[in-house]
Amino acid sequence: MYGKGLRALSITTALIMTGAFALAFFWAPEDADQGFSQKIFYVHVPMAIVALCGFVAGAGMAVMHLWKRDSRWDMRSYVAIHLSIILGVGVLVTGSIWARVSWGHWWVWNEPTLVSFLIIFLLYCTYQPLRFSIADPERQARYASVFAIVAGAFVPLNFMAVRLAQQYTHPRVLGNISGNLPGRMEWAFLACLLGMTLLFVTLWKYEMTSKHASSQLRRLKRLLGEDGQAKGRRTAAPATREAATPV
Amino acid sequence: MVWAILRKELRVELRTLESVPAMSLFSVTTFVLFHFALARDTVDGSLASGILWVTLLFASVLAINRLFVADEEQGGFDGFLLAPVDRSALLIAKFLTLLAFLVVLEVVAVPAFGLLLLEPSLGRILPRLIGILLLADVGIAAVGTLVGALAVRTRARDLLGPLLALPLLVPVVIGAARACAPLMAVGHPGRIPVRWLETLGLYDLVFGLVAYAVFDFLLED
Repeated sequence: MYGKGLRALSITTALIMTGAFALAFFWAPEDADQGFSQKIFYVHVPMAIVALCGFVAGAGMAVMHLWKRDSRWDMRSYVAIHLSIILGVGVLVTGSIWARVSWGHWWVWNEPTLVSFLIIFLLYCTYQPLRFSIADPERQARYASVFAIVAGAFVPLNFMAVRLAQQYTHPRVLGNISGNLPGRMEWAFLACLLGMTLLFVTLWKYEMTSKHASSQLRRLKRLLGEDGQAKGRRTAAPATREAATPV
Repeated sequence: MVWAILRKELRVELRTLESVPAMSLFSVTTFVLFHFALARDTVDGSLASGILWVTLLFASVLAINRLFVADEEQGGFDGFLLAPVDRSALLIAKFLTLLAFLVVLEVVAVPAFGLLLLEPSLGRILPRLIGILLLADVGIAAVGTLVGALAVRTRARDLLGPLLALPLLVPVVIGAARACAPLMAVGHPGRIPVRWLETLGLYDLVFGLVAYAVFDFLLED
């Protein structure tokens, strides 16, 4: 079910990402202040936006899980948050490199977006340990959804608070997204954002397909009487009880 | 119903003296530690405000960790779920309990802070300080109740409680510490920027509503 159209999606993603990076590197003009190092902007910012949207999407899926009582929504939420955490590592690393090149320090506290992102990242880092330390799969799913909703509400609020805390007139490229980018830069940025979004969706679909396939495999093994190998292993990943119902 | 649970909680606390004395002692000890760690006899301004808020926050984590432990270990949850009452009653009662603990903690910790570390005298700024403390307490209590309930039924609850609570409370620290900093400046205490109070108020509102919305799902088995 999740594998449908995966090949076409993967090819589209690869093409668009390649195209977008080509635009960013060869077509968009170099930044007058920062020169070539500003190109990391086309990786860093789309990645951050996609990761945050992934967190919020995970919260939306968690709402669906608590509402519909369908463990598939928990799986979707888990995969979205899981991928966003991985992207989050990328955001912090690229942000750090960018800060080092343009401001001379690996970490700057007066860049509110980066600081907010760190706080959100630290919060979401507890998602996996939380899941891991609840043994009962049903309760694990429920508690994880509660966490995902609370953390999802925290994302915008935290951004607001941190941004207020540093009302700074730092020359920021990030502040310019809302329309001050010169035309070519903006188009290249939008292309990168589209590419990154597609990458997220593709990876999400891949992981869902893989989880789905392995749960079906387990079910078939169980039917054949080969039960018992996966039992008793603690895991942070949601139990795939969806296999019990035909999909 | 809320009243009954609240009375039970307060009575348990009065008889066992488990949370509040520990929190108060912890905060005073932390002030002493700060004195030696910073090698300063007095502090003021944003440093003072930061020390006060970090100490209060860590002390409140102690209470957050203990808040639901008796219910989990001695069957309080089961008893509550068997009773034909609205589940939100437990949330509200625990929220009020935690709020009461925090207020008592501050009654001890803030004068101790004024005595041990703070350079400007506490008397002049006290009314405004109480306002900020109460605004922040509501947020800490709402998030703390939620996190306490979330963490108590996991295997690693003593670890997960602080790990979940501290990042969630960062906006409270930002708002409260920034609001208190001008109050604690040497000389004439400055005005509190209104936006910090607004931040705290918005935080209280959002997390109060979120806690109310999701708390029921933590009690389903």
